[in-house]
Amino acid sequence: MELHELTLHQLKKDLTAKKISSQEIMNAILKQIKAVDERINAFITLNKETSSLRAREFDQTPWKGQMAGLPFALKDNICTKGVRTTCASKMLENFVPAYDAAVVKKLYSEGGILVGKLNMDEFAMGSSTESSAFFPTHNPWDLERVSGGSSGGSAAAVAADEIPFALGSDTGGSIRQPAAYCGVVGLKPTYGRVPRWGVVAYASSLDQVGVISKDVYDAALVMNMIAGYDPMESTSVNTTVPDYTTALNGSIKGLKIAYPKEYFQQGVDSKIIELLKKALLKYEELGAHIEEVSLPHSEYALPAYYIIGPAEASSNMSKFDGIRYGLRDLTADNVTDLYSNSRQQGFGPEVKRRIMLGTYALSSGSYDAYYLKALKVRRLISDDFNKVFNGFDVIIAPTTPTTAFKIGANTEDILTGYMNDILTVPINMAGLPGMSIPCGFADGLPVGMQIIAKPFDETTLLKAAYAFEQATDYHQLKPALGVK
Amino acid sequence: MVISLQEVEHIAMLARINITEEEKKEFAGQLSAVLQYAEKLNEINTEDVDPLYHILPIYNVFREDEIIESPDRNELFANAPVFQDGYFKVPKIL
Repeated sequence: MELHELTLHQLKKDLTAKKISSQEIMNAILKQIKAVDERINAFITLNKETSSLRAREFDQTPWKGQMAGLPFALKDNICTKGVRTTCASKMLENFVPAYDAAVVKKLYSEGGILVGKLNMDEFAMGSSTESSAFFPTHNPWDLERVSGGSSGGSAAAVAADEIPFALGSDTGGSIRQPAAYCGVVGLKPTYGRVPRWGVVAYASSLDQVGVISKDVYDAALVMNMIAGYDPMESTSVNTTVPDYTTALNGSIKGLKIAYPKEYFQQGVDSKIIELLKKALLKYEELGAHIEEVSLPHSEYALPAYYIIGPAEASSNMSKFDGIRYGLRDLTADNVTDLYSNSRQQGFGPEVKRRIMLGTYALSSGSYDAYYLKALKVRRLISDDFNKVFNGFDVIIAPTTPTTAFKIGANTEDILTGYMNDILTVPINMAGLPGMSIPCGFADGLPVGMQIIAKPFDETTLLKAAYAFEQATDYHQLKPALGVK
Repeated sequence: MVISLQEVEHIAMLARINITEEEKKEFAGQLSAVLQYAEKLNEINTEDVDPLYHILPIYNVFREDEIIESPDRNELFANAPVFQDGYFKVPKIL
């Protein structure tokens, strides 16, 4: 295999053994980006000179750390000091943060080298990267199809071997869905497990930072680096962070797996259901106990999400006023016009739509009927999961109802587009850790299996994912980077 | 729930977003569609259910008021579209 095709842990091993140099890795990565990113469009900003320079510095005077001298990339809503952070929006097209996000500080302190910033749906609102103000990211398995979203640039870059791993964020499926569409591993940790300070907020009660990687081991390795308490954040949880790699031994004898019947119903592609059933049999073969369960309020998660998400977004997005940072209409001669014109020019249609929807849901007369109602339903959805977790270790379901759709196919009817999140949104509503790993192909396109665990039990989540991955070879298949 | 053009105008005013006549019509249809979909929630009786804001047992978080390192003032101003003499500049308010 070529250097750019290797996982983080493979590169780490060879770099530590001095079989390869940091510069060789960086050259291979940058060469691959140059060769394929014209077709993929994963990167918004490429740190070409700085990352080459850092690799050279490392080879001259090596520093220590879990990923010393190794490359990483970030979704472009994660603030990086001195490196443009756009959120794929015209509003922040020229925004250069004065500080690093908490997770970026952690990766830097472990010696990592930032290669670039990745495309996404504008302000993480979308499921395809088509709402990016710059360009859509193409799926490496079929360039006419979407990469998924909102962390589509992160998933496509990893799938196309442009970067060993990338960080993303997941509010309603934004890590797991693109990971499924692109045939890579995507982990959304428990709400509160990974600090979000410095990550541009979309819906604060749902947002979580996570990892997109080539295999499960790398997801565990990166979690070791980014998980933990951050006093800068009021929703960060102060519990110990285990070494997530120690649980990866392949043994899942006696693991209790539930599969919810509501996730295997009409509306989910029959080929995806077939692959999931095969995967469950594989788990049984490996010694796990499989049982069907019910999560009766599943169908209410999506309508509740499309009230709660936009409501929180409308509040979060009010900071973009054209005054302290971001796009400003310089012709306005009063403050109201300054706000309204700047926001008109800076935001794209999906962002405006969600702000408007959220503003309505929170407005007097609608608050109880929509917002409060959705929060009450959210309690019932969370209770459903708690009941199942009384008797089971993990829940397994498809990640998405379909494989990657064609670019432009869902832009007409917005509700059809929103349906992509139907199997991932409930997990955010309940704040649970969830993961998507490759479990096969339908018509040549990758299919993701979603594994869900109890709050703060990423260890069992990774253990279950690793056992399946080691028993299959889907994660080793590479896209041809062409059109099907 | 059907959202009228007037309501769209009102929401846009509250959200401080100027929208075109075309956008007004588009949003009226789209917001109505999403809100109608959300009415599915009324199928469930939630009379005795407490709202769930987030899953963590965390409420107010306090810390000591200590002086810590903060970004350089000029670096922060560098992102401001218009600033002068250490202030963000806006059009005349009164």
